[in-house]
Amino acid sequence: MKVLLGFVCFLMFATGSIAAEPDEILDDPVLEERAKSIDAQLRCVVCQSQSIAESNAPLAKDLRILVRERISIGESDEAVIDYIVERYGNYVLLKPPVQGNTIFLWVFPALALVLGAIGTVFYLRGITPVTTASLSDEDEAELERIISERG
Amino acid sequence: MKRLFLLVPLALFVVVGAFLANGLTRDPSNMPSQLIDRPLPEFDLSAIEGMEVGLSSDDIKGQVALLNVFASWCVSCHIEHPTLMALAARNEIPIYGLNWKEKPGDGIAWLNRLGNPYTLIGDDQNGRVAIDLGVTGAPETFVIDKQGRVRFRVAGPITDQYWTDVLAPMIEDLRRS
Repeated sequence: MKVLLGFVCFLMFATGSIAAEPDEILDDPVLEERAKSIDAQLRCVVCQSQSIAESNAPLAKDLRILVRERISIGESDEAVIDYIVERYGNYVLLKPPVQGNTIFLWVFPALALVLGAIGTVFYLRGITPVTTASLSDEDEAELERIISERG
Repeated sequence: MKRLFLLVPLALFVVVGAFLANGLTRDPSNMPSQLIDRPLPEFDLSAIEGMEVGLSSDDIKGQVALLNVFASWCVSCHIEHPTLMALAARNEIPIYGLNWKEKPGDGIAWLNRLGNPYTLIGDDQNGRVAIDLGVTGAPETFVIDKQGRVRFRVAGPITDQYWTDVLAPMIEDLRRS
């Protein structure tokens, strides 16, 4: 049982090694780190739920090599990403930029929360609390009399 | 008024649902090309093994033409090939070939066996020109106008039907303009 559990745990974490293939890796570890972080932000255009870091598609490999080439000639991370976006469009970014046609995407979750909160407040205020009307003086006296009679 | 207020969640559901339903009808693998109405990127490719002449972007300019990304390893290219052969036989339009990430020798072997519909072919072995074109898979075809601009991109194989219904009228228009 323990072995099985261990195996299941292993499988859970065994999802796609995030690394460039050995022949792509840059000698300079600092540049390679930058390349890796760029890879993780770019969508593989063949297998769209993966980044190019995770994908083993040939086109993803070409893009990883391209990223490393651009970094090696001294381009900034933004310039490298722009270079690829210019060719493949914003679709290639796993995190869409905040702009006119994506603003709804970014704002909607917060908006939904606020609308929900407002709705909840209105709902709760709509419920009339159960109030007990206080007794009149005569009723109070009557009550007093009954209690003392019984006591 | 209070009653109408109760309809707000339903209205929201309908609006969001309509957006999502529309999203389901789209093919996520069909990414829009960034090249539409932009000039064809510059390139100058050598010939594939077994051929003499390569292909540069200048070869394509000055006429309405197709630029077709193909490879012998691409299954859909086999489906598309007879259509391209028929277009070439009828002299419908010059078709330029970009042989994408092909092992040396495989491209010419494929063309020798099935026929060559291409006016000129360039060898894009490292796939760099394909990236400049924003290619996501083969086959992919670009319609180039007389000014050397990309006007349309077909992702996937061109069929006879697609040619007749979509491309032929478009190319007719581009030739007249």
